[in-house]
Order: sequence, then structure tokens, then C-alpha cells
Amino acid sequence: MAANAQSLSEAIVKPRLSRDDWIMRASMIVIGAFLLVAVVLPLYSMMSKSMENKDGAFIGLANFYEYFSTPSLFLSGVNSLWVAALVTVIVLVTAFVYAYALTRTCMPFKWFFRLVAVIPLLAPSLLSGISLVYWFGNQGVAKELLMGESIYGPIGIVIGSAYWVFPHALMIVITALSITDARLYEAAAALRTSAIRTFFTVTLPGCKYGLISAGFVVFILVFTDFGVPKVIGGNFNMLATDIYKQVIGQQNFQMGAVVSVVLLVPAVIAFGVDRLVQKKQVALLSARAVPLEPKPNRRVDMLMLAFCSFVALLILLMIGMAQYAAIIKFWPYNLTLTLHNYNFDLANGGGWDAYFNSVKMATYTAVFGTLIVFFGAYLVEKGRGFNVGRNVFHGFAMLPLAVPGMVLGLSYIFFFNNPSNPFNFIYGTMIILVVSTVAHFYTVSHLTAVTALKQMDAEFESVAASLKTPFYKTFLKVTVPVCLPATMDIFIYLFLNAMTTVSAVVFIYSTDTQLASVAVLNMDDQGELSFAAAMAMMIAYTCAGARLLHLLLTRGVMRSSQAWRQR
Amino acid sequence: MTSNSYLRISNLSKKFGEFEALKNISLDVYESEFVCFLGPSGCGKTTLLRAIAGLDIQTTGRIEQAGKDISALPPSERDFGIVFQSYALFPNLTVERNVAFGLENRGMARAKIRERVTELLDVVGLPDQGRKYPAQLSGGQQQRVALARALATSPGLLLLDEPLSALDARVRARLRLEIKQLQQKLKVTTIMVTHDQEEALTMADRIVVMDHGVIRQVGAPRDIYAAPSSAFVADFIGTMNFLAGRVAGDGVVEVRGTPFRCDTADIPPGEEVTLSIRPEDVILCNGDADVVNGLDTVVRYVEFLGPFCRVGLASDVFEDGEVCADLSSNMMRERTIEQDAPLKVRFPENLVRVFPARS
Ligand SMILES: Nc1ncnc2c1ncn2[C@@H]1O[C@H](COP(=O)(O)OP(=O)(O)O)[C@@H](O)[C@H]1O
Ligand SMILES: [Mg+2]
Repeated sequence: MAANAQSLSEAIVKPRLSRDDWIMRASMIVIGAFLLVAVVLPLYSMMSKSMENKDGAFIGLANFYEYFSTPSLFLSGVNSLWVAALVTVIVLVTAFVYAYALTRTCMPFKWFFRLVAVIPLLAPSLLSGISLVYWFGNQGVAKELLMGESIYGPIGIVIGSAYWVFPHALMIVITALSITDARLYEAAAALRTSAIRTFFTVTLPGCKYGLISAGFVVFILVFTDFGVPKVIGGNFNMLATDIYKQVIGQQNFQMGAVVSVVLLVPAVIAFGVDRLVQKKQVALLSARAVPLEPKPNRRVDMLMLAFCSFVALLILLMIGMAQYAAIIKFWPYNLTLTLHNYNFDLANGGGWDAYFNSVKMATYTAVFGTLIVFFGAYLVEKGRGFNVGRNVFHGFAMLPLAVPGMVLGLSYIFFFNNPSNPFNFIYGTMIILVVSTVAHFYTVSHLTAVTALKQMDAEFESVAASLKTPFYKTFLKVTVPVCLPATMDIFIYLFLNAMTTVSAVVFIYSTDTQLASVAVLNMDDQGELSFAAAMAMMIAYTCAGARLLHLLLTRGVMRSSQAWRQR
Repeated sequence: MTSNSYLRISNLSKKFGEFEALKNISLDVYESEFVCFLGPSGCGKTTLLRAIAGLDIQTTGRIEQAGKDISALPPSERDFGIVFQSYALFPNLTVERNVAFGLENRGMARAKIRERVTELLDVVGLPDQGRKYPAQLSGGQQQRVALARALATSPGLLLLDEPLSALDARVRARLRLEIKQLQQKLKVTTIMVTHDQEEALTMADRIVVMDHGVIRQVGAPRDIYAAPSSAFVADFIGTMNFLAGRVAGDGVVEVRGTPFRCDTADIPPGEEVTLSIRPEDVILCNGDADVVNGLDTVVRYVEFLGPFCRVGLASDVFEDGEVCADLSSNMMRERTIEQDAPLKVRFPENLVRVFPARS
């Protein structure tokens, strides 16, 4: 009875918020609002557009009905599916063997193969299309190899796509193969398990999740890519090129929106499944494992060397041809070397302005993106209470990965080009390009930051609070210095992607804010293939330079903080 | 209200969703006292400590510190210093700057800060290590830095969450003593969480024994050891032999047909009970003379532990289990006690304790 009376009189304690709590919550709401405006609302307006007729009246699913009953449009969907599936299989097998050679064998020249493998990341996906034209096009050097088949179509798309998505898959598979526990192999050896059996019972299951994840990433990338099919696809239609044709070609925004939704659905599903798979992978990671030291095996090592050399050769031939095309006079009639093609101001597709705009845009994206992303991740990870807000924020931050660039770009037209939108003023400016690019690449950056923050002691903030130090002082004095390498990784990631992206920005650039990657596209459209090759190579030089700088700076930071980073 | 109750916890409960981690906890901690929260892992010690710190505020209930209601205050508005099991030293700051961390934003002059840091590092016995980074120190040294940092701002309450559990046994024993001495010198009210009974017994003025989110017993180490209020406490603190039996009459408990004389308090006859005796209270009998609570046993094993031997005894009365007796090496010299030898022992009437049967 007494206990009853007592429990009735007891009120739930409502924690009082400190000044820090208020500041952190307000900051999180501000960044959350940024994501709302930069991702969620545009997507919403795109979806509502897909249910409107040309006069803006709501017509339900009529547009979708029209879409699915137009055989040519429907065919594009089928094409996108099978091409993406085929590339996924090819890239997954190649990336697995390549990664296996790098992580599990004593193959020589690993550093070289690691270096070559990232080359495709340095240029827009368009580059592989251009290069393929020179190799196998109507006047291509190696045209005969195709035995009468045309490179303009699925063959070109598959080869070109495989080239540029290869490093994306490779990085995931390398990570998966690196976290295996050596003790499993010792156990297998002790049980005299054959090498083949060990491979199927230990190696493959161990990196299963990594392979699945890589598969989804490759599939989404190819399924939603627009650069390669645009350049080398010929009359072979795919969803991403359909959007471009509907919107830029026919100014049919409603149908563009419909195709976008159709594109979005599989991407979101693949994304959701991938997140589930990743969760399992994390569980594997947290187990304390003994790293595996590969043992020399001459036969395997040499076989792997041959395989990797072949893959590396293909990559070098691809970028090499683009470079060659950029410095010769007139393919295939006049092969004298020249720098004429770098005189972009003579091209119709875009000038040097485009290049400098790109560098500017990439720098802004990297600077502001890193600040926003890292601070946002900090608030999510280290904030006190406010779980609803933090979960919503995290959800917003994960969303962009599921949204194909084309869909995002098109959504921006619908949302920001609306005169009644208060943010309408950024339309056609550099700001919208930076906003869209930060939004487009938000998720991976966010996850990088979250991972780094999770590795810090969870009690730093508690200690700081007990010492009555405001959170921003702890943030600046401890969190930022400790996470500096991760923030630099985010910076370079955003910079490289901003330099090479085409898909989102192609819808929202203006004549004043023409970009290098878009210029490559337009030059190709205008038949100025040699200019396009030269511009693509300019992007590649810049990205290679930025990566080199990043490498040196990271080394420097690591060296100067060596005293306290050692464990 | 007692005049010198410094921290008063009343009817505190904490829920994680449906799970009740703390159930209606009430406790007073007095000024300058060293209190240990002791209990098995997962019993809610850390949860209670974090509620006191305001890091995870309780669902219901009240906490007063120095007469002020702090129940809902954020940690930054409470008055405490804290040391975690991980130490949570800022890795990129030197030892000096770690210790100075809490002083730097109080408008203190630089020279004053330096002075205070030097003083603190002296106190914790690390006078020349100020320029090093935490990663360059041993675990024990890191622990002292964390302590110095927590004490820098002269908090009214010092909270320690398993501060010694990451250290090896030797360092742990030394630091145990040092922390205790430091606390006595500074007279700072201290609460330490531990699951190690030895730590609690050696360091605490009072021990709070917890289990499944409730307080089982509060008292000075000696009192709890000598007079545990439940079988749980008896088992958790020190070593205890348990025998299941039934009250046969006033002052008699029967274990498998054998009667034992002991204080049955007011437990009525027929009730199932647990009989308990500490290994060091088991006494060797000489000769065959009939004694109270005497028992014929067989030696199962003899474990040499230095100053004493732990002898495992078997008997029909113990069923499959065995009773341990700690016999001093002195006593052992007089007799030959070896495996499988018969041995007569006695359970002194006043040292046998009876608890309601354990569930
Ligand atoms: N944040 C939390 N969410 C859910 N359950 C928790 C949380 N923190 C602690 N618990 C649970 O509360 C119980 C007490 O935990 P804790 O106070 O950490 O125990 P210990 O006595 O070992 O310090 C445990 O069962 C634990 O699983
Ligand atoms: Mg604990």
C-alpha cells in the first residue's frame, strides 16, 4: 500500500537541458534542414511531378501507365537491368581475383597494381566511352577485334562501365578480404584441409558480405549511370539516357520524372538490402582477429601476376588512348603530336572557363561539404538525448546514396526552378551546383565521419561535461585533431567526385557555370571528340594532383602526430 | 535529515525501455566518505553512478547533493569529477594539458594553472611525466593522470567507475592503497564502482552491495563480511559454504538427517533454509570425543595457498558437493592431512548462519 502511494506520487524526471544541449540541437536542426532542402523536398517535388500532366494537374498514375505501355520506354528498363547485371558479374569476378592477389598472395609489384586500379576514379565515366570510340569505333585501331559487331551499343556500354566501376568494387572486396582471421586458416591447415576446400569453406564465406555489397554498389552505379551509354550507347536506350532525352531533348519533364521514379525504385531496394548486409559485416569486423600474413606460393603468385598485369594493361590502354587522342592532330589521318586540343576556347562544347569553374566548384564542395558533414556526424554521434532528432537526421544522411545523380539533378529543376520557392535565387548559380554535389555524395562522407567518431572513446564528452568545458572547445581541441585523417579523406572524396560528376549537374548548370565534366559531354555531342578527350584528361591530371597532395599531407599529419597516435 | 548527509538518493528508478535497471534505490552518502558500489556485472552499478553524474538521468526519483536538488540537472551543472575504466584521456594532449583541461576555461591565469597542474601531478606521483602523451604511459600511470584530471577542479564528489579493472594484479593492489590514501588526505566524498569484492573490502568506508537493480545491503566492510544479511551477500563477499536444510526446531537445522545447532532466529520449524559457514570458521577436531556440530568427513583435495591450505571435504551430509575449510599452515603441520584421509571437523554454533532457502 505504502509502495503504491509512493509510486503514484513519483513523477518522471524531465532532464533539464544545458546550454550545450541547446546549441547542439539547434545546429543539428540547421544541418537537418539543409538536407531537407537539398534532398528530401526536391525528391518530393519530383515525385509529385510524375503524377501531373503538362498543365500541372494531378492525374495519379496515368503517366506511369503511359510509360509502361510505351514499348520503347519499357525496353529501356529491360536493357538497363540486363546490362547492369552483366557488368556486375564481370566486375565482381575480376575485382575478387584482383583483390585476392593483392591481399592473399605474395605477388610482386602490389603497389603498382594498387595504383593502377584507382586510375578510373580520376576521370568522368565519359572518358571510357571516348577511349572506346578511338579503339573500336568506325575508324578505331582495333575495330577488327569485334568481328563485325558495333562498339556503339551494349558491347561498348558493358566494357566502358566495367572499366569505371572496377575500383569501386575493388575497394569493397579488398576491405572484406583484409579482415579475415588468420586463426581460421591455421585451423584449416591443422585439419589438413585441401587448398580448394579451404577456399570454399573459409575464404569465400568470410568475404561473402563484402562481395554482396560490392555487387549492389556496382549494380546501382551501372543501372543509374548516364555517361557511358550517352557516349557509346548509340541507339541502345537505357533508363538514364531516357531521362536525359526526355528532359533535355523533348522538354518532357513529366515523363522524365516518371522515368526517374522507375530508376529510383530498384536503387532504393538495392540500397536497403545493402544496408542490411553491411550490418552483418560490421558484426564480423568487431571480433578481434589475427591478421593474415600471406605465404609465398610461386605458381599462384605468378598466375596472379599474369592476371593482374592483364587487367592493369586494359586500364592503361583505356586511359592511354584517351591521352593519345588528346595530343594528336586529326584522327586517324594526321597523327602528328599537338597541344591544339587543349585550346578549349576553340571548342563549341565549352572553354577553359568550364575547367576553372569545375576546380572552383570542387573546392567549395570539398571545403563546405567536409565542414557540414563532419559537424553533422559529430552531432549525431556525440549528442546527448534527442534520439528522435538524431535518428531522423541519420536517415536524411543515408538517403542520398539511394538517389541516382540524374534523379537528384532532375529533382532540383522541379524544386528550385519554381519561382515561388524562396531558394529560387540559387538556381543557375554556383551555389546550386555545390549544394547538389554535397548532397549527392553526402552519405559516404557521413559514414566515413561516423566511423572515425565511433573509434573515439565514448566518454570524452562525459569527462568534458564534468569539467564544465563547452562542447565546442572539446570538439576543436580533441575531436577535430584526432579525426584529422578522416576529415582529409572526406575532403578528397568530395573533391574527386565533384571534379568528375556529370549526372546531377548536367541538369542544373548554366552558361555561366559550365563545368569541365559537362563540357566533355557537350564536346562529344558536338563531335569534338579530341577536345573531349583533352578535357577529360585535364580532369584526370587535376584529380591525380589532388590525390598526390592528399597523400603527402596525410603522411605529414601522421608523422607530426606520431607521438600520440601510436598504440 | 542527517546533518552531514552529502548525497541523498531517494526512490531512484531507471528504465531502459521495459527493462528496469534500477528499482527504487535509496541511499545516503556522507561527507568525506568512501563508498563502493559492489555487485556482479550487469547489476546496475554503472547505471546508478551515471544517474548521479547526470550522464543518464534516472526515470523517477530524486538526488540531492549538498542540500540542493540536482535530479534533473545536466552533468555540466553538477559538481563532480569522474574517472572511467577506459580513463578517456585525450590522446592528442599531453599529460599536463589533460590535467589542465578543466582549468583552462575558468579564466584562471596561465601561471596559476601551471602551478596547480604541477601540484596535482606531484600528488598522484607523476612529477616528471607532464610532457608525455597518454599513449607513452603505462596503464597505471594513465590511471593516475585521469585521477589528477578529475581532481583538478576540486570537485565535491569524485566518481570512479571500475578504475582499476584494466590493470594487472600487482599495479592494481598498489593503486588501491594509493587512491585510498589520497582520498583520506583530500577528504573528497568518493563513490567507486567495482565488481571486485577485495577492492571494495580494502578501500571502502561503506560498501553498497547491489544485485539486479536493488541494494541488498549497506554497511562497513567488516560488518558485511561478518554479518551478511542474505545468502546472496554472503556468497558474493568472501567465500561461503552452503548446505540446504530444514528447520527442525528452535536452534536446530537438519541437513540430510544430521542436526546442526545454530541460531535459527524466528524462522518457524519445517521451513526450508540454507545453512552457511565460512571456510576459515571450520574447525579441526582432535580425537573422537563427541562435540556439538561435529562431522566425520573425507579429504577430497588439499590446495596449498601459502599462509593456509584450502581443504575440500566430502561427506554424505554434503550430497555431491563439498565443504571447503581453510586451515592455517600451523595447524596443518601438527596433523597429516592428505587426500582420502578421514578428518573430523566442527562447525562452531555461533558462526553458522541460517538464511531462508535460496531461490
Ligand atoms: N543504455 C542502455 N540501454 C539498455 N540497457 C542498458 C543500458 N545501459 C545499461 N543497460 C542494462 O542495465 C543493466 C545494468 O547495467 P550496468 O549499470 O552497466 O551494470 P554494471 O553493474 O555492470 O555496471 C544491464 O543489464 C545492462 O544491460
Ligand atoms: Mg559497469
